[in-house]
Amino acid sequence: MASEALSSPLDAVAAPPRRRFPTLRRLLRHKLFLVGAFLFSIVLVAALFADLLIQVDPNRISMRHKFRPPGSEWIFGTDNFGRSQWSRVVKGAQLSLAIGFGVVLLNALFGTLLGALAGYFRALDNLLMRIMDAFMAFPVILLAIGITAALGPGSINAVIALAAVYTPRTARIVRASVLVVREQAYVEAARAMGASNLRILLRHVLPNCTAPLIVQLTFIFAYSVLSEAVLSFLGLGAAPPTPTWGNIIAEGRLYIREAPWITLIPGLALAMTVLGLNLLGDGLRDVLDPRLKVQQ
Amino acid sequence: MSGGRGPLVEVEGLTKSFHLRTGFGFRRARRELVAVAGVSFTLERGETLGLVGESGCGKTTTGRLLLRLLEPTAGVIRFAGREIQALPERELRPLRRRMQIIFQDPYGSLDPRMTVEEIVAEPLVVHGVGDRAARARRVRELLDRVGIPASWADRHPHEFSGGQRQRIGIARALALDPEFLVCDEPVSALDVSIRAQVVNLLVDLGRELGLTYLFISHDLAVVRHICDRVAVMYLGRIVELAPKASLYREPLHPYTRALLSAIPVPRPGRKRARIVLAGDVPSPLDPPAGCRFHTRCPQAMEVCRRVEPELVEVRPGHRVACHLHPAPPSNGARA
Repeated sequence: MASEALSSPLDAVAAPPRRRFPTLRRLLRHKLFLVGAFLFSIVLVAALFADLLIQVDPNRISMRHKFRPPGSEWIFGTDNFGRSQWSRVVKGAQLSLAIGFGVVLLNALFGTLLGALAGYFRALDNLLMRIMDAFMAFPVILLAIGITAALGPGSINAVIALAAVYTPRTARIVRASVLVVREQAYVEAARAMGASNLRILLRHVLPNCTAPLIVQLTFIFAYSVLSEAVLSFLGLGAAPPTPTWGNIIAEGRLYIREAPWITLIPGLALAMTVLGLNLLGDGLRDVLDPRLKVQQ
Repeated sequence: MSGGRGPLVEVEGLTKSFHLRTGFGFRRARRELVAVAGVSFTLERGETLGLVGESGCGKTTTGRLLLRLLEPTAGVIRFAGREIQALPERELRPLRRRMQIIFQDPYGSLDPRMTVEEIVAEPLVVHGVGDRAARARRVRELLDRVGIPASWADRHPHEFSGGQRQRIGIARALALDPEFLVCDEPVSALDVSIRAQVVNLLVDLGRELGLTYLFISHDLAVVRHICDRVAVMYLGRIVELAPKASLYREPLHPYTRALLSAIPVPRPGRKRARIVLAGDVPSPLDPPAGCRFHTRCPQAMEVCRRVEPELVEVRPGHRVACHLHPAPPSNGARA
């Protein structure tokens, strides 16, 4: 900004400097963001190419090979039924990320809708936000358990429950940004030219609220991967033979002394995913959120 | 041009109050802040009226009210002979084509996510003017007119300097060929060196396109350069309204005199007697009784504390609201 204040009298003809993708450049200079991107991309590659990476059916039982420790034959060892841990963990990554994406998608949709309505149409604000507050008053996992218990177990229901649980947070964040953006002069300019509320909302307000939303969604992704594991650990996610990280840990916990790798490996995978996503989110926040940019 | 020959904009008794909530618990109260308290003026076609005053005096609010960006609490606004203060937004839309605004803040008034082309074309899109190709042509024409090379149309606002952005804002305001432009401190956020360029651009455009301006500013030197008539506001009221020459030659209201004496004189040696006002502007939540200026007026009299002076014409075209200048008795005799 300082350099702009010193613009020359040749203002109208001086060519402004051109810099493309400034955000991307800053992200690539952010070390922790790169670490996060690296960790998350390992999981993402595993999930995307799961069928190419596994040779053994994750549900094939082979009692002769049970409790094999990780080694050259079984990369991640085998579990109490002699199933390949590698196959199960990789397949579990696929399901975990799919559920995470599902939650993020629903969450973005409803969070944006509710937040935009509450922030832009002030008459709706109190009503919508008090409902959101009521949701937020419950501990996340408790509410998610309650909803899945009501809907019945299963991965689709887990997605719905987690989306419902995290939507109020996203709605709050979107509302807060909308409240800021709606007072900007360019919104007033749009109103002065006679633009409709819908146009102002879609064309001006929401596009300028995306930065905090993206950051928030990264964290929601991490939380929902974790919470999904918790739900399936408790038997409220996908039904047991399906390999999810939560299921594997739940089954393996009985043998934690004899075969710690059964719980350890999906646990590490979970930790890596969540850590990776959190670092990604931190990096995005540092780069996209102007209030924190100053401190860097 | 529809609406005949009368003044383009007429304002009568325009008032805007905001409700504020103050305090907590037992002290909680709703208070009324009267930002604009019964302002009346007219704008002839092709005329530039300056609206000056300290920050917080209601000049920006007045500009917003004229364009119905704020809802007036009371009063009448006539645009081209038509009362618009209560028109529903749907009926207002066609009129919005004819009145536009240029903002003070060249950084905040352009959507950072849009390209210059999209910004300047937006009014055309909103009002469904032309097809894509016609709009692109019009954008080039407008950018050319305000001195921005059309080849930069695909750039984003952050790639431009303050003065350039203000030019883009002007191009957007002109897109629909408006008759009336509210310029809300259009140059006060700009560097002194660029100010003159933008002011001259506005003057040229006004002359060429026959625009009517309401030029809101606290910079009396700029107002003197651009305006035909000047209205001075203090605490939500117009205290003096006069043709430029008359106002700058012989200001009548003590507040106007104090303001004018504060203009720096660009000539060493020549000094103007500076009138320094004591104290701050009183809170508009609790304006003084009588003349609003009496708390700071060097010439306050007993009557000023009790009776609010009315804006009266003391000389042809020169109106002032001050007990020092009562209306001449032979009021009816003048044509």
